[in-house]
Amino acid sequence: MRARLFSALVALIATAASAGEVQVAVAANFAQPMARLGEAFTAATGHSLKLSAGSTGKFYSQIVTGAPFEVLLAADDETPARLAKEGHAVAGTQFTYAIGRLALWSATPGLVDDKGAVLAAGNFRHIAIANPKLAPYGAAAYEVLKARRLSEALAPKLVLGDSIAQAYQFVVTGNAELGFVALSQVAVPGKPVPGSYWIVPANLHSPIRQDAVLLKAGEKNPAAAALLAYLKGEAARQLIASFGYS
Amino acid sequence: MSPTEWSAIRLTAELAAVTTVLLLILGAPIAWWLARTRSVFKPVAASVVAMPLVLPPSVLGFYLLLMMGPNGPVGQLTMALGLGRLPFTFGGLVIASVLYSMPFVVQPLQQAFEAIDERTLEAASTLRAGPWDRFFSVALPLARPGILTASVLGFAHTVGEFGVVLMIGGNIEGQTRTLSVLIYDQVEAAEFAQAHRLSAGMVVFALAVLLALYLLNRPRRERERAA
Repeated sequence: MRARLFSALVALIATAASAGEVQVAVAANFAQPMARLGEAFTAATGHSLKLSAGSTGKFYSQIVTGAPFEVLLAADDETPARLAKEGHAVAGTQFTYAIGRLALWSATPGLVDDKGAVLAAGNFRHIAIANPKLAPYGAAAYEVLKARRLSEALAPKLVLGDSIAQAYQFVVTGNAELGFVALSQVAVPGKPVPGSYWIVPANLHSPIRQDAVLLKAGEKNPAAAALLAYLKGEAARQLIASFGYS
Repeated sequence: MSPTEWSAIRLTAELAAVTTVLLLILGAPIAWWLARTRSVFKPVAASVVAMPLVLPPSVLGFYLLLMMGPNGPVGQLTMALGLGRLPFTFGGLVIASVLYSMPFVVQPLQQAFEAIDERTLEAASTLRAGPWDRFFSVALPLARPGILTASVLGFAHTVGEFGVVLMIGGNIEGQTRTLSVLIYDQVEAAEFAQAHRLSAGMVVFALAVLLALYLLNRPRRERERAA
């Protein structure tokens, strides 16, 4: 028994020595899928991930001021491009890992219909969206309201989350009766979606192209390059699609 | 300055003013009781009042969001009373700020009340001053420096509040978008020029307020030497 424990320990130390670590900044909407992907990635390569979830805008400010993130999984394609242009990301490493889908969601069953008519009916006090200034999902949600000509009528009812995660938080606690969230937040594979929701047709807003990029801090880290390669692979693509990304 | 910025400044000042007045009204009896009581519950009450000093704002924000929500006890009470729900409203921020800034008002008041000599109050009592009269005519005037400290700290600490407001406010202009939240937005959106302007203003404000407080509360001896 003791011998087996010892050999296990030796094996563990051996893998730890060859395995790297990657500091990943991940957009709030992709936090759950990334946690699953991280497990699969670690099992496949032995590299471990340190994930920080937050809004893309906040990550931009932090990376510009020298945050030690090595890979950014943004909620848009503009931030990675801007980081590359300003020399904070490695040029030529940017690619789209997911295209986000928006859902209008309520924790109350039956409140949200499958055409989003509830928006015009207005029988709610608060509707949560992510701050359009900071979060691409918030900007997309605002485009939907504009497309429906409801942005002015609903302005007094809008509550803004700091990120899409906070918009979700406002809805899940019932403080806002409904809100625009990322489909990935409510469509967790293998679990029924609680409450009621409407998957917003993609033609009501500009596409939420979510790009990944290698940051300067991770330029010489082989584990960071391995992660980006893994994200482009078939296994990752399938898992990402199962969370409702297209 | 943009209308958004002015609106945040006005809102922050209003929130801090309302919170400070409420805290003085609520805090004075609590502080008086804490200063005078010999009850075994005194350490418990003192600990409860001091808790916001130790608790992270995220804990306070999280529980307020749950308690004030439609399924929480406070939310159900406010809805039964026809007041609606508190998150995302000015009233909700006032309640959160009262809780959050409580120790900054109660503790200076308590210290001021404790410093009042028991014999002064006994003398007032022999002159037939009732308990209310003793409190309003003797204790409050003697505690004036403490009341000043409590007001300034309560106001300033509410101006400096961020985490709780972010968690229960919903960032609504004129309702819940306070200065600290607006600055956070500007920093996140990389609008550093605007963020600098407001942040520098806050630094000057904080320094001015604290400087005024320390100058006014100097012992008389020091003040006379300076003059």
